[in-house]
Amino acid sequence: MYDKKDRYTQLFIETIRLSACTFGGGFVIVPLMRKRFVEELKWIEEQEMSDLTAIAQSSPGAIAVNASILVGYHVAGIPGALTAVLGTVLPPFFIISVISLFYSAFRDNTIVNLAMTGMLAGVAAVICDVAVSMLKEIFKEVRLLPVIVLSASFIAVRFLRVNIIIIILICGMTGAIDAFRRKQTGRKTL
Amino acid sequence: MIFFKLLQSFFRIGLFSIGGGYAAMPLIQHQVVDVHHWLTMTQFADIIAIAEMTPGPIAINSATFVGLRVAGVPGAIIATLGCILPSCLIVTALAYVYYRFRGLKMVQGILAGLRPAVTAMIASAGISLIILSFFSQRSSPKDWNGINYISALIFTGGFLVLRKWKLNPFHIMAGAGIMGVLLYSI
Repeated sequence: MYDKKDRYTQLFIETIRLSACTFGGGFVIVPLMRKRFVEELKWIEEQEMSDLTAIAQSSPGAIAVNASILVGYHVAGIPGALTAVLGTVLPPFFIISVISLFYSAFRDNTIVNLAMTGMLAGVAAVICDVAVSMLKEIFKEVRLLPVIVLSASFIAVRFLRVNIIIIILICGMTGAIDAFRRKQTGRKTL
Repeated sequence: MIFFKLLQSFFRIGLFSIGGGYAAMPLIQHQVVDVHHWLTMTQFADIIAIAEMTPGPIAINSATFVGLRVAGVPGAIIATLGCILPSCLIVTALAYVYYRFRGLKMVQGILAGLRPAVTAMIASAGISLIILSFFSQRSSPKDWNGINYISALIFTGGFLVLRKWKLNPFHIMAGAGIMGVLLYSI
């Protein structure tokens, strides 16, 4: 498809672009990556991207960094993962370095604040759009277990404020046990 | 040794923050303000505000900012490195396992179990952001009196456009920023 050097350069440029555009935290990078890597560049398949998203969000560290490690690894192995991490870290590193020189002026600037207030609403719209798409995927399976896991996780994270690590461990184990049982009985359960 | 302390603190932050930047904030505050006194509480609030205004993960943003203040550019590099090191090790290992064993029923089962959990987290983050954007507060509002109609309008417009035309999310965010400046100025 490309020669090796080209692939690293392209990966580097793509991750820099994505990272420089990721306002509003790690959840936003998921739809941006899907748009770019699945729909436009066709580097990754839809189902694989869902898997990578689940891994990125269940692992420690910034979601954007985790997601780029996974995409980089998929494209070009460990050197690819390192290239992608570098591309993801450089934009915030430079932007913060520059802003830290005059940060109080930046923080108190009216135009910056108005734009931020508007963007916050935009970020909320992007994340809700992702949430609706993912919810539709889960209900499409027409199985009870994913819906139960979804509802229980939502209550745990939203209202009971249970530590995310515990939720991830329990849900991962539930999935593993479910797969094991389905393999043994050879039929669909729940 | 200041470089070692920076590396260690941000390694911890990277290792123990799961589930996005808002989960990382209390950890960063604990390390940076309470344990090492690198920033005052006011400075920490500033860096959170700036992290929200600039692209990139909050943990990386604060690592750069704190590192710069404490030990200049080398400090910023060391702190950022500490912050991403746990991800690099753990996620690369998971990537290896995933691509090697993703055909296995067990791995597919674990991922199938994680997907609804991750969806729940995103949905919860979406609701938190709507509250923050519409009511400028983090806790649930008691009534609809304090609602910010301009933000509600921008949100609804952006959401409908995304659902209907599947636009690039970046365009939605940029558009929302421009609308913010225009609508709040008039």
